[in-house]
Amino acid sequence: MKWIKAFWNVFRKPSVHYSLGFLTLGGFLAGVIFWGGFNTGLEMTNTEEFCIGCHEMENNVYEELKTTIHYSNRSGVRATCPDCHVPHEWSNKIARKMQASKEVWGKIFGTIDTREKFEDHRRRLAENEWVRLKANDSLECRNCHNFEFMDFTAQSERAEKMHSKYLETGEKTCIDCHKGIAHHLPDMKGVKGW
Amino acid sequence: MMKNLIIAVVLATLSFGVYADTVSELRKGEIKQNIKPQRIPNVLNTDQKVQRNYPMQPPIIPHKIRGYEINTKVNKCMSCHSRTRVSESQATMISVTHYMNRDGNFLAEVSPRRYFCNQCHVTQLDTKPPVENMFIDMHKLISKPLVKE
Repeated sequence: MKWIKAFWNVFRKPSVHYSLGFLTLGGFLAGVIFWGGFNTGLEMTNTEEFCIGCHEMENNVYEELKTTIHYSNRSGVRATCPDCHVPHEWSNKIARKMQASKEVWGKIFGTIDTREKFEDHRRRLAENEWVRLKANDSLECRNCHNFEFMDFTAQSERAEKMHSKYLETGEKTCIDCHKGIAHHLPDMKGVKGW
Repeated sequence: MMKNLIIAVVLATLSFGVYADTVSELRKGEIKQNIKPQRIPNVLNTDQKVQRNYPMQPPIIPHKIRGYEINTKVNKCMSCHSRTRVSESQATMISVTHYMNRDGNFLAEVSPRRYFCNQCHVTQLDTKPPVENMFIDMHKLISKPLVKE
């Protein structure tokens, strides 16, 4: 309590030794460095190399992704982990990153450090992602797959039918039908639509 | 004993000749030659039902099935073709025989012996078969005029 009071006394008094120019410019520069550093650090955790730095990710879900069209395809455009699993918009991104601190806990205590343990948790983990994507209307899908620019005539007949019947009307969102497109599915017993 | 041995040697030689011929025919070149491989053909994705060649033929899959999982946890095909899903998907329902066990009793779900769809149902490739098929549809066969011998 005492040191808080002492700090407050110093903090509320005008500066004695430093000029106003030094304090404002210095504060500005320190702010730039702090903010830049923070964002660089944040972006560093938002890369695929960071995600698959843990074998939990690299030897499980990343191996599964490798066989899908979101990893290898004719045009070479591919989705990396954060493209689908981290919101692109800033405040949502920070919220997701805060949630991810729980995943650090899981890493430390080895919640999914073998394939068998991971399979035991797969349904729960998959449901987390389905709920998130359902709630934000499959935002992370739509960051690339924009409905406005979808050419239905270039789609197969059944894709065109389904998209105009369920997607265009807003009755369903991407994740309602396209589950397990980038990773293996869990046991789907009781999941709606399966 | 000697006779048997000679027969065995003759048979082995003959069968080797036949075998070598077949392989070389399909490869369209000598064994030691490096053949330029064919392009990998695309899976037909027309969504158009294809006529069966005979009534009991398992219908072919007229669409891509890349990444469709069929294992003990999930059966992707059933998410459209099962009885409870066809009203939404407008896909063909799997035949009622698929709900029967081997004693002919109907089960609530697809019978385990029919569970693995692509044991019988397959996609088709956009390519020419390497070997010509001589199969004749029975309707064509019976519409042919009888040839008296």
